[in-house]
Amino acid sequence: MEIFGVPHQALLGQLLLGLVNGSFYAMLSLGLAVIFGLLNIINFAHGAMYMMGAYAAWMLLEYFQIGYWWSLLLAPLSVGAFGILIERVLMKWIYRLDHLYGLLLTFGLSLILEGIYRDQFGVSGQPYQVPELLRGATDLGFMRLPNYRAWVVLVSLIVCLGTWYVIERTRLGANLRAGTENPQLVQAFGVNVPLMVTLTFAFGVGLAGLAGVLAAPLYQINPLMGSNLIITVFAVVVIGGMGSILGSIVTGIGLGLIEGLTKVFWSEASSTVVFVIMAIVLLVRPAGLFGREK
Amino acid sequence: MNSSINAGGSAGEFLRVTDLHAFYGESHILHGVDFEVRRGEVVTLLGRNGAGRTTTLKSIMGMVGRRTGSIMLNGNETIAMATHRIAHLGVGYCPEERGIFSSLSTEENLMLPPVVRSGGMSVAELYEMFPNLSERRTSQGTRLSGGEQQMLAVARILRTGAQLLLLDEISEGLAPVIVQALARMIQLLKQKGYTIIMVEQNFRFAAPLADRFYVMEHGRMVQGFAANELSSKMGMLHEYLGI
Ligand SMILES: Nc1ncnc2c1ncn2[C@@H]1O[C@H](COP(=O)(O)OP(=O)(O)O)[C@@H](O)[C@H]1O
Ligand SMILES: [Mg+2]
Repeated sequence: MEIFGVPHQALLGQLLLGLVNGSFYAMLSLGLAVIFGLLNIINFAHGAMYMMGAYAAWMLLEYFQIGYWWSLLLAPLSVGAFGILIERVLMKWIYRLDHLYGLLLTFGLSLILEGIYRDQFGVSGQPYQVPELLRGATDLGFMRLPNYRAWVVLVSLIVCLGTWYVIERTRLGANLRAGTENPQLVQAFGVNVPLMVTLTFAFGVGLAGLAGVLAAPLYQINPLMGSNLIITVFAVVVIGGMGSILGSIVTGIGLGLIEGLTKVFWSEASSTVVFVIMAIVLLVRPAGLFGREK
Repeated sequence: MNSSINAGGSAGEFLRVTDLHAFYGESHILHGVDFEVRRGEVVTLLGRNGAGRTTTLKSIMGMVGRRTGSIMLNGNETIAMATHRIAHLGVGYCPEERGIFSSLSTEENLMLPPVVRSGGMSVAELYEMFPNLSERRTSQGTRLSGGEQQMLAVARILRTGAQLLLLDEISEGLAPVIVQALARMIQLLKQKGYTIIMVEQNFRFAAPLADRFYVMEHGRMVQGFAANELSSKMGMLHEYLGI
């Protein structure tokens, strides 16, 4: 069977790849959105945190023989803990300043982190095995679905929708939304906003760390894996609308799929299509598809 | 932590502000403000626009850039305390711009401030007191009318058990019937034993409600008098406030 002259196997295969990429875009841009909302900081080090998550999984295995499943928990926690340190030691000094300072600080931070990892581990990259339980593929009749890819999409969806639910539907989330609008007043009501800010940053970068662990068996683990990905993720954030929770999830997955489709029909354009869409969105809706005009 | 909180204070005194200076960045706004509020009192801060009344309330909450002097709240020195800890001494703040959150529903706005003391009003009581809010509990907070938003801004600090209410210009820009409803609400809160500091521009709203008045000008308290002295002070008020 063919669709527009493309065998449907190839089409579905690329769509699945797109969905997997989109899952990473969604998780990373969600973390960026949460951080930007409350901290007003564009975390350029987000890609480095993703890389650190992947390396944390690798190091846990290499040095402590701790496998994938524990890493899924421990790596995001360690990246989150590192985030707490960063926020308490560095970030808290620049909240009163212009966005630009946060961007410069986190950009510098990501260069330093990548430099350290390059120095320690080289650039050739480390392999990481798919966990035994998720090896192989399932025959769906119309296509073969690699189990690990399905797992990545599933985890990402659960984590993204869970995060959306907590932020939009619970009292904890109401604190966060209110803190995004007017942190001073929320603090005047008795909420420990500085603590909330620290934990939010830790959560956001923890999500990046989780994405890193999920990515470890799929891609080569290397010190630059984050900066390659983060440029696209920033485009996703701009298209979705800075700070919008639902926007970052929907846009992340949507753009992954569009990239996959483009690969089938016009593969030369697949790496630029996201940026073309970004340019168009910026012209038509400068605040992004889901963003609110300020 | 609670054991260090002094429940009493001397002679029913709830708040004592001494030689308060407040700054926004480089601008020096309050220049040595002194006043006190006793338990159960309704005190009104009068003054022209820009006199420093809002800044006084914000200073009490620790929401200005820098402040010096002394602010004793319920027997606790709060001049160096973090804003969220001040709230937990039993203070509820209703800002001049009302501060209703647009990303929260009416009910979420109502439920937002954490309970700081026992003895606050229940949600059911509040909905009985403000039936409009009950009807519109799922509406976006900022979709409410100005009057409803004002009710919400006050209602949400009544839930927390705060005993000292800082109300900044709650009658501002509202229709006369709403202002009357707010006046009845203040009377009711007074009967319930709340201590209230009201900043008001609307002298006719504040006059029948307050036990005592303070007049501010250029970041200083220039007058303080009790309600029974009001008639003899009208000339002075005309001069300071242009009323
Ligand atoms: N955020 C701020 N930064 C600098 N100056 C301020 C700020 N807020 C108020 N002011 C100044 O402080 C003075 C007192 O203002 P305010 O306390 O709001 O007066 P009032 O509430 O009595 O009208 C005014 O001169 C005002 O311009
Ligand atoms: Mg004012």
